[in-house]
Amino acid sequence: MEHFLEQVLNGLQLGLMYALIALGYTMVYGVVQLINFAHGDVFMVGAFLGYFGFAVWGLPLPVAILTAMVACALLGVIIERVAYRPLRYAPKIAALISAIGVSLFLEYFSSLKFVFGPNYRVVPRPFPEVHWNIAGLSVSNIQVIVFVVVLFMLILLQILIYRTKTGMAMRTVAVDHNAARLMGVNVDTTISITFAIGSAFAALGGVLYAIAYPQIHPFMGIMPGLKAFTAAVLGGIGIIPGAVLGALIMGQVETLTSAYISSQMRDAIAFAILILVLLFRPTGLLGRTETEKV
Amino acid sequence: MKLSRNTFFYFAGAVFFFALVKAMQFSGMLTPYWQLVLDQALIIVIGALGLSIIYGFTGQFSLGHAAFYGLGAYTAGALDKVYGNGNMLFFFLSLLTGAAVAGLVALLIGLPILRLRSDYLGIATLGFGIIVRVGMENGNKLFPVLGGATGMSGTPQVAHFDLIFILTLIVILLVRNFIFSTYGRACTSIREDEIAADVMGIDTTRYKVMAFVLGCALAGLAGGIYAHRYPFLHPASFDFLKSFDFLLIVVLGGLGSMTGTIVTAVGWVFLLEVLRVVLGQNFIDWRGVIYALILVVSIIVRPQGLFSGKELRLLIPDHLKMLTGKEHTHAGSGN
Repeated sequence: MEHFLEQVLNGLQLGLMYALIALGYTMVYGVVQLINFAHGDVFMVGAFLGYFGFAVWGLPLPVAILTAMVACALLGVIIERVAYRPLRYAPKIAALISAIGVSLFLEYFSSLKFVFGPNYRVVPRPFPEVHWNIAGLSVSNIQVIVFVVVLFMLILLQILIYRTKTGMAMRTVAVDHNAARLMGVNVDTTISITFAIGSAFAALGGVLYAIAYPQIHPFMGIMPGLKAFTAAVLGGIGIIPGAVLGALIMGQVETLTSAYISSQMRDAIAFAILILVLLFRPTGLLGRTETEKV
Repeated sequence: MKLSRNTFFYFAGAVFFFALVKAMQFSGMLTPYWQLVLDQALIIVIGALGLSIIYGFTGQFSLGHAAFYGLGAYTAGALDKVYGNGNMLFFFLSLLTGAAVAGLVALLIGLPILRLRSDYLGIATLGFGIIVRVGMENGNKLFPVLGGATGMSGTPQVAHFDLIFILTLIVILLVRNFIFSTYGRACTSIREDEIAADVMGIDTTRYKVMAFVLGCALAGLAGGIYAHRYPFLHPASFDFLKSFDFLLIVVLGGLGSMTGTIVTAVGWVFLLEVLRVVLGQNFIDWRGVIYALILVVSIIVRPQGLFSGKELRLLIPDHLKMLTGKEHTHAGSGN
């Protein structure tokens, strides 16, 4: 039983990190209906910048995290400006191909020797790992930090989206670009802000990921990116609580499968669940069933 | 049998190309390395035409094409490894079985998931591709011959340019005849507007599944040939990144154009190798970067693809010439 609860805690930690990445996918999908395949690589860049910040440049951890978040927000805005905006009103698939191109670019460019280099790097812990024994359960300080930070960010995002003008603009753009423009919303700026927020979240996820699973390399973003995206689809893409719910489910499925079935089956079972859920709820767990207009 | 004019030119062009390659082989201009690249290009043409039917013509977004390519490769490769011995009959039988297995799996998975639309279908097929990859990595637990995560070798390497070329010609004709038949028309109408097609009395589920099965069987066939041309199969060669390769070939070629798919498939395979040669040892790290930039720039410059909706004349059956005007197959809005 304790073993099971510990696995659930591990799953929660993983799920919360997926949630940070999934939010970026789902927010971007909400405003431009684009699967931003480069998002997982922004997460990778965030992890590297965080690592350089606290381990190489010797910045205090919060400053390193903030630097990574700001840099990735900028990166996200630039990616949108250069690779997606020219294709905004082209067939959707064109922007998707562009996203795949950007993703490959970030991976290979980061692999260059004068950028991050092609090798795996071991991330030193910025603080010693401590395990507490709470009611027979072993809880690590990293888990607590991840939990608190992600929860704080989720609340912040909730306030941003439902209590500010910017958030209202984002919700409007998600419904209809033209109507939003008629209402005086600056659509381009709003989309840029969405990319910035999503990328900053991914960067935070990247740094936390590097602290919790201390090994980074230029292709590390592919699988977490894919899992987070799957989580967003599982919950209903474009819906923010859905992304969090989907991510928590993915985290549990992955951890429990590794613990009780086989770690090799982890991905297969996670995606099998996705397909099953989609078969019964074609727009995800919290997705609205859209009425087809002729 | 009276050979129609365009079909005649098609074969004339094929004979000319074949003679050209033969001449280059005998003069020594075509080194074994570039021969391998050319063969790879033809194999990718077959696989990409499969996705062209599924996505380019029927509009069903698939991100799992490489899974079927891999299923064909592993099925045909393993069968021939165990029962073959370089026997040509077994080679063809294993190819057919590989295609049939890919097609059958496509039928089983397609029936339920083709009800999903656009991005949801894409992510479901992507997930299926990952499940297949996990299966390949662990397949050796059931059948040790599959090699599992360390890869499989030992398939008789009996496929060579002549055979691959003839198979490619047959596949192109097959796809052409499908696209320009009533079945193909039904598929195109589903791409343009599924509800309108339904209203016109087209059994949309049937045609979607048909296109999916046919396209995946072609991927399986391509995989089978690959297994007989490249001595080493590894699950990583068939993961979702490979599916992206097929997807970007079909999209950059232009949705709804066989010509585009064929030209882009060949161009794409050669581009990767030419970059390797041009960059040399010192700049080889830049290959992926330049490749990615070319990808982004070309899609921004031509978002509709190279040949969107257009075909070379010789790929259109004669009796349909009146359809080659503007009203013919304009590219879909891509889901």
